[in-house]
Amino acid sequence: MVKAATNPNLRVVLYEGEGSSTLDADQRFDAMQRLLESGYSVTRASGERPVSRGDDRAVAVLGRFDDPDQLDTGLEADAPVHIHDVTDRDTDTLLNTVESVNTQVAQHQTEYWKPWFPVIDFDRCTNCMQCLSFCLFDVYGVDDKQQIEVRNQDNCKTDCPACSRVCPEVAILFPKYRHGPINGDAVKTEDIEREKMKVDISSLLGGDIYAALKTRNAKFKSRFAKERDEDKALAERKKCLTKLAEQFDIPAEALEHLPTMSEIQAKAEAAAARTAEQQSSRTGDQN
Amino acid sequence: MSDRPRILYCHCAYAHVVPKATKEAVLRGLTDAGVDFDAAPDLCEMAARRDPSLEKLVEREGEDSPCKIVACYPRAVKWLLHGAGVELPDDVEVLNMRTETPETILNDLLKDAETRGLQSTGVSDATTPDP
Repeated sequence: MVKAATNPNLRVVLYEGEGSSTLDADQRFDAMQRLLESGYSVTRASGERPVSRGDDRAVAVLGRFDDPDQLDTGLEADAPVHIHDVTDRDTDTLLNTVESVNTQVAQHQTEYWKPWFPVIDFDRCTNCMQCLSFCLFDVYGVDDKQQIEVRNQDNCKTDCPACSRVCPEVAILFPKYRHGPINGDAVKTEDIEREKMKVDISSLLGGDIYAALKTRNAKFKSRFAKERDEDKALAERKKCLTKLAEQFDIPAEALEHLPTMSEIQAKAEAAAARTAEQQSSRTGDQN
Repeated sequence: MSDRPRILYCHCAYAHVVPKATKEAVLRGLTDAGVDFDAAPDLCEMAARRDPSLEKLVEREGEDSPCKIVACYPRAVKWLLHGAGVELPDDVEVLNMRTETPETILNDLLKDAETRGLQSTGVSDATTPDP
């Protein structure tokens, strides 16, 4: 995992158009790669077309300029533009220049983060709300048209594709997942039919698994009570969860937080009530 | 105004799902060829925070030339951007670095461009992406 700037306050333009000399190909590549891996958006511009306007972040324009004061990059930006001549500077120095400008613009924090969250394929989604009912972390919500939506991406458990397993239409993607079709690869008939794609909520979480855990716990309860060996009980639970984690490729951490059947039902009822309330409110407005 | 396709390259910096060799070879090919392009560290990350520049990168006003996005699976890119409030125009082409070779991608991107430097990029020697 790379160390990346979160919300960097700067985007970078490598300018090689009129009024400047071109960078060496190696330096261009090296600078691009290292800036991207440091979390900066970068535009390479030769002046052939307007540089994208971007957002309201400041812009650092770097290049080998004949006269930086006379430079006209054609850049239309809504934010401050910082022009820096990098003639005879190596990539390390170039990167330091960008970091320095970024620090000037605003102090930015760095942290490790993997953008992991579900993406809904609305060509496939039937709005069945199974994902909303399933996810105890409130990643999903319903918009004002009663359409399912991903609302709280930050709540999603990194590397956990569990909700995509309960979707009967294979409509939930995780672009950074390893395997198709969850990674966005085309959905084939066999994918839908594949056993792991047919897992429904009750078999994944509710009755079967919890019943199995309960049965196993009950089976060993008397023996554990006699032996008073809580470590063994814990080891047994871990073993069971590990098996599930392997079978469904779900992180153990997420499995340990899985909702019970009653929690799933409660969430589904709450969602239905909210929808009914919204519909009722809308009907009232129309009247 | 150029009628060459606009290029948006995603470096998928926060995960290892796109083969490193493929990313590097494509980036090397683009930088060596001397074409204009926009590069994002990670489209997922930008989509997660609904970065307003996403829309401007994809749908640039006043530009007739289509946009080519170099990232991962087209279905993932389309719905990722949709989730961030950006609808991909029909003429946008998504090139998949998870399945295509750098050579194929660069040939597609640079077929209309001057290919100076392309032969020196060594892209044909790059590692084939993971299946």
